[in-house]
Amino acid sequence: MKNVLANKKAIALFVVPALVLYTAIVALPVVWSLYYSLYSGSPGLKWEFCGLDNYKMLFNDKNFKAALIVNVKYIAVVMFGQVGLGLLLALMFKFWLKKFKTIVRTLVFFPVVLPTVAVGQLFAKIYEIQPNYGLLNSLLDGIGLKSLVQPWIGQASTALGSLCVMDIWVAMGFYSVIFYGALLDISEDVVEAARIDGAHGFSLFRYVLAPLLRPVIITSLVFSFSGTVKMFESALALTNGGPGNATKSLSMYMYNVSFSYSKVGYGSVIAIVIFLICVIGATIIGKFDKKD
Amino acid sequence: MKKKFKVSSVLIKVFILLLVIVEVYPLFWMLTASFKQGFEWSSKPAYALNEGFYVQNYIDAWTRGHMSTFFKNSLINTLVSLVFIVIFAVTVGFAVTKMDWKWKDRVAKYFQLGIMVPVAIALIPLFQIYNNVGLINTRASLILAYIAFGLSLSIYLVTGYLRSLPDEIMEASVIDGCGIYKMMWHVVVPLMKNAIVTVLVLQFFFKWNDLLFSMTFINDTSLKTVQTGLLYFQNEFGAKNWGAIFASVSMSVMPMLVIYMFLNKTVMEGMAAGAVKG
Repeated sequence: MKNVLANKKAIALFVVPALVLYTAIVALPVVWSLYYSLYSGSPGLKWEFCGLDNYKMLFNDKNFKAALIVNVKYIAVVMFGQVGLGLLLALMFKFWLKKFKTIVRTLVFFPVVLPTVAVGQLFAKIYEIQPNYGLLNSLLDGIGLKSLVQPWIGQASTALGSLCVMDIWVAMGFYSVIFYGALLDISEDVVEAARIDGAHGFSLFRYVLAPLLRPVIITSLVFSFSGTVKMFESALALTNGGPGNATKSLSMYMYNVSFSYSKVGYGSVIAIVIFLICVIGATIIGKFDKKD
Repeated sequence: MKKKFKVSSVLIKVFILLLVIVEVYPLFWMLTASFKQGFEWSSKPAYALNEGFYVQNYIDAWTRGHMSTFFKNSLINTLVSLVFIVIFAVTVGFAVTKMDWKWKDRVAKYFQLGIMVPVAIALIPLFQIYNNVGLINTRASLILAYIAFGLSLSIYLVTGYLRSLPDEIMEASVIDGCGIYKMMWHVVVPLMKNAIVTVLVLQFFFKWNDLLFSMTFINDTSLKTVQTGLLYFQNEFGAKNWGAIFASVSMSVMPMLVIYMFLNKTVMEGMAAGAVKG
């Protein structure tokens, strides 16, 4: 037994190929981007060592600030929308939905697996106003709310909100399934005992379920947070950052800086900032798990 | 008391119904829209049902819109990387949990770190590396990136399953005369079926839905995937050809729908596992 499991050749064969690939394509580039962040220009094109200039530039960059603000708003709305509505859905599945439980869960989860661009194209058509009204505007028109007909993703005031709605639509089913699984793990006896003690509705949730669900809520928030910090694909597919810069996220700005303006060094700095926000934010949210 | 309860339960039912409609209606609308002819868009409101089944939209998307090419590319990239992800996840996972060697914990940690790495931070250097070795605009560039970025989470999930695998089973197979490779193939892999299916399903959705890598490394139309293809679709057909756009969007959703219908329980559990453990 020992000999079989300590077979050096087998271990090498099992581990080395994956290790090499992972090192070359994931680990190396991460370290590399730290090094890039100290250079200005692009490799082969005015590529000069510039120390921490790129980092200083960050503080005076209006576009960076704008992207950061858009990104933070997006995180706040989408994170709480996804997790909050997901939790609400799960509670409904557990306590109120008697029949059709499985089919409702299956339907609500489905958007999660759709290609982002397909969802983006679909919602672009839903929000459209020209040349013909899209689904939303035609419905509003149909029920007599013509005053609400507007270019939902064509104007700065509603574009980000419309994007948030789309991303919440996509993901709330996902969180509902996670929370539903956690709710099933809570024993019936606990709920029953709380009911006998007079806990109903909101108080049952606040004092009994919420504390028990806390670890799952934290995990979901961390997961949603790290997903929303990276805000890129859905915004690209729905609005392409526009109109103007109304929905341009940090990742999109990084992408433009590095690939359209060829400032690879500065782009790397923005990538590092995204990574740091991701790690710091996740750590802060995780801290709430430690109490009691 | 009782009356109040009734009112709220009706309200809740209405709310649930509304929610289901909000989730499902856009998809239903997309399907009906994909069968509409051009004139239906201007003569009727957008929410109207399709008059007939105008299949030409699908034919246009499949041929003129290059959807056949995009599908083929997505399929090849996804399947090839899935095969390697599963092989690597099982072998590395097994080596770091069950085998005896000095560095196993450190290697496991090293792979685990990758779960936290956002694709964005590796993208720029990776582009430069690919550029230098001439991998830009090749299928290999995508497949390599897909495999490498799929490893961390997959290995993590597999090791979770492997820890609960009792050592006695392996011992018995060694007594029966199995070498390490025979044991892997005939004992470990069959026992890992659930873990493998979870990894496959989870990674299938991740890879099929990749956009960032494919839009960065590929600009040759003949190598584009479904996601990148769709992104530039509007330019090719013009904004007015809604029918063809909807047909191609519906088509791109189809494989997901089919897999999901057969495996919805596995998909949901797998994704939840990926989130909670990752």
